[in-house]
Amino acid sequence: MKYAGIARVLLASAAGAVLCGAANAAEVEVVHWWTSGGENAAVSVFADEFEAQTEHEWADTAIAGGTNARAAVMQRILGGDAPAAAQFNSGRQYEELIEGGLLLDLTELAEREGWRDFIRPESILTNACEKDGRVWCVPVNIHSWQWGWASIPVFEQSGVPIPTNLQQFLEAAPKIQQAGFIPFAIGGETWQHTGAFNVALVGIVGKENYYRLFRDRDADYARSPEVATVFETWRELTSYTDEASANRNWNDTTNLVISDRAAMQIMGDWARGEFAVAGKVPGVDYECIPGPSDTPFLTTDGDIFLFPKQDDPEVEAAQLELASLMISPRVQALFNVAKGSLPVRADVDMSLADSCMRKGLALLDDPNTVLTALNRFVTEDTTGQLNDLFAEFSFNQGLSVADAQERFAGIIETAD
Amino acid sequence: MIMVSVGVFVFGIIYSVLLSFTNAKLFPKFNFIGLDQYERLWGETRWLVSVENIWIFGVLIIVFQMTLGYLLAVFIDQRIKQEDAFRTIFLYPFSMSLVVTGLVWQWMLDPNLGFSSAMQKLGFESFVFAPLVHQSTAIYGLVMGGVWNGVGVTMAILLAGLRGIDAEIWRATRVDGIPAWRAYLYIALPMIRGALATALILQCTSIVRVYDLVIAMTQGGPGIATQMPAIFVIEHITNRQNVALGMAAASMMLLPIVVLLAIKSAADWHAKSRREQRAA
Amino acid sequence: MTGIATTAGGIAKDRPRGPRPRRVTASRVGVYGFLIIAAIYFLAPMWVMIVTSLKTMPEIREGFLFNWPREVSFEAWTKAWSTACTGRDCEGVRPGFLNSVKITVPSVAISVVIAAINGYALSFWRFRGAQIFFAILIFGAFVPYQVVIYPLIIFLREIGLFASLPGIIIIHTIFGMPILTLLYRNYFAALPEELFRAARVDGAGFWSAFFRIILPMSVPITIVAIILQVTGIWNDFLFGIVFAGRENMPMTVQLNNIVQTTSGVREYNVNMAATILTAAVPLAVYFISGRWFVRGIAAGAVKG
Repeated sequence: MKYAGIARVLLASAAGAVLCGAANAAEVEVVHWWTSGGENAAVSVFADEFEAQTEHEWADTAIAGGTNARAAVMQRILGGDAPAAAQFNSGRQYEELIEGGLLLDLTELAEREGWRDFIRPESILTNACEKDGRVWCVPVNIHSWQWGWASIPVFEQSGVPIPTNLQQFLEAAPKIQQAGFIPFAIGGETWQHTGAFNVALVGIVGKENYYRLFRDRDADYARSPEVATVFETWRELTSYTDEASANRNWNDTTNLVISDRAAMQIMGDWARGEFAVAGKVPGVDYECIPGPSDTPFLTTDGDIFLFPKQDDPEVEAAQLELASLMISPRVQALFNVAKGSLPVRADVDMSLADSCMRKGLALLDDPNTVLTALNRFVTEDTTGQLNDLFAEFSFNQGLSVADAQERFAGIIETAD
Repeated sequence: MIMVSVGVFVFGIIYSVLLSFTNAKLFPKFNFIGLDQYERLWGETRWLVSVENIWIFGVLIIVFQMTLGYLLAVFIDQRIKQEDAFRTIFLYPFSMSLVVTGLVWQWMLDPNLGFSSAMQKLGFESFVFAPLVHQSTAIYGLVMGGVWNGVGVTMAILLAGLRGIDAEIWRATRVDGIPAWRAYLYIALPMIRGALATALILQCTSIVRVYDLVIAMTQGGPGIATQMPAIFVIEHITNRQNVALGMAAASMMLLPIVVLLAIKSAADWHAKSRREQRAA
Repeated sequence: MTGIATTAGGIAKDRPRGPRPRRVTASRVGVYGFLIIAAIYFLAPMWVMIVTSLKTMPEIREGFLFNWPREVSFEAWTKAWSTACTGRDCEGVRPGFLNSVKITVPSVAISVVIAAINGYALSFWRFRGAQIFFAILIFGAFVPYQVVIYPLIIFLREIGLFASLPGIIIIHTIFGMPILTLLYRNYFAALPEELFRAARVDGAGFWSAFFRIILPMSVPITIVAIILQVTGIWNDFLFGIVFAGRENMPMTVQLNNIVQTTSGVREYNVNMAATILTAAVPLAVYFISGRWFVRGIAAGAVKG
């Protein structure tokens, strides 16, 4: 397997060399929002490898905040000053860029290198990057939302076992509270609420019903008693949070678990990086609970790169080389270990991964536990409406379960 | 340049009103669908909350900034030796990145960190001052931050106005033995109405456009309790990729301003005709 | 004519014209009391920022917000200025400093000059449609920037200045127009019209009346205009990343990268130091501008 990977790299670079011949070095401007320490190390893998393996130059444009960075990319494309590569999140954010013919078509490269054969799960290519059979982006990593992060000392001191699902957690929560800890840590950003709510939802209703809601937009199901249970569970969960949650960032919230002040947070696997930076060890200081559910599913969100069309053929050649490099086994391994995310291909060396990452890798290998993320089914607009609803539901006790559920069904009905 | 500027605004306004009748998503496209966006807009809880908030926030900000701003300007006008220092102190919040000052305010109003814990450590066990974490009070926390951020500019404009008043007038008030506070209230205030109008309009523009302050202090929360129209517009134009809905919201925001401007030009016209009467 | 101008220049040195205070009186104590209390409200966040910037991260996590650091450390300051990473570049906020100056100085100068002339034309040389013209301009001040950003992008693309230094200067000038024009127009409207009439009688034309009568009297308001513009443009981030082009990215882009990063440990001390460093230029402008701020229009200039 490993050898096959290396062979592919060699083949790919050979193909690249043939393709460009003695092409001149080009400068490739890359816009991304990886500005923190750990992210910086990850993006440097791309940049250093790119500069070492090709004669081109990586021109770095870091803009903090995905919203800022994406808006700047869109506006620069419109202004005719498109960067050569841009980070996006997989989803439907760039549909119009594809329709407008503003992106470089990667189909030929993808077919030559056989992306379809090694990208796993296949859906991260077909769902996120393909449109009408053409390939328009490169997925570089996989992040999943469905994780509970628990502080082992807090559970020990409260005298309750670490739960494996939400029901157990809710049973333990009063004891944790009595012991003087915050049972459920959550922050104020609206996306935290949508994310965690959906985690609870999948945990309760399961994969098929999740698809019924968001893929099939079954509003009748959204009005069902089963979904009402989800809202009730969520209300119970948020009643175990602390007073200061309203203004908190997600990472300050994670820090509550790291510093043993809160018992558990539901957050995507990017939270692992926070524990790692704080020097915490999984299994000793903290536990990562997939699901949190006995039958966990993982969504496959992640970062992708787009390559806006350029006038200069030399830059275009360099863009293709960069795309090929980003997905090559060596770079995938180095990048994802640095980033703390999972690689988009199975044939890479992840011997450096920690136990939480291994749990994730194992789940990814089984297609049945892989879940398509919400943002592949609905637009950013609809996600936004859901964010507003869930955040309001969390903080406004005056909004009843029935009203919230009815509004939820309304959003599902009109979703696009 | 000035024509370009006016042109940009005219074009921009027409353009956004037109877009609000379309179904444009990410990039502007003119595919007209009528009033659908407005219908959705006024059905969104978040928009309704935003509209209510902007009025509460706006009225409070104007009242506090005008009163405090004028008081500060008058007090600084008392031949204060350290005038430069005081003026800079009142103005400095204006120069600071709101991302970080918002965070600092958030800390100071945090129930476990800032004022509350400082007072509790001083022995006031039950002292709690944490407006930002409650739905019903968060907006007042924002007002605190907003006044802090913007009052210096109001002060500077009013001070410039006061400094523009003819010295003869002051001499006359002293000769007549009018107390200083009366002179400031009844003589100076009407004389600096230009500066007052400038300050008012400046405040209104920053109120209507309020964005960074809210994002930095509450991110629109708890829940959606401190959402504002400008955040709605900007989020829909950028992140949520529903340009048309964002433009519909923007057009609604401009509506009260049209009314205000009409009132203002009526007042101007009235004042002008009075001035002409006096001149005659 | 010459008489007016000299008088105007001569008396302009006059200090603030509030009623002259007597020695130390109760009201004097009251004045200082009020100013000091107000100053405390204003300075509290600054105090938190400064002490935080001098603390180490472990001490910050203890949460004693207002306490002076146990051990003063300037590490955060050097890091913010020259080594903090913003993406792959680890040079702090320093590299953008010169770009910010290159953007701010011409933008402020151009917009203030145009607005002064514009306000002057609007208040003394009433032309047809001046009211509507003015109303549209004020209207423009209320539009959120993002609403008109697409037409602006297309406009700059068509004239070939997208992503360039002149491009960003044009953008700042356009957005500065409404408020600055308003500022000048309302200020001029409060000036005694006789002054201007006298100049006209003396045969002064559009420009000579402006330079010899109006300009010397608009120093305080010009300071306000400069304060507004320097602050707005220096702190701009949204336009900078889109219109300035990659080589001219302002300092706020780096500041934003440092303070707004959403994952990894947030280094609050570095954030605070970077913020204060970035704000240094507007702060200096506020402080220095005071020298001119105190000058008013000439006393009795009308009669001179």
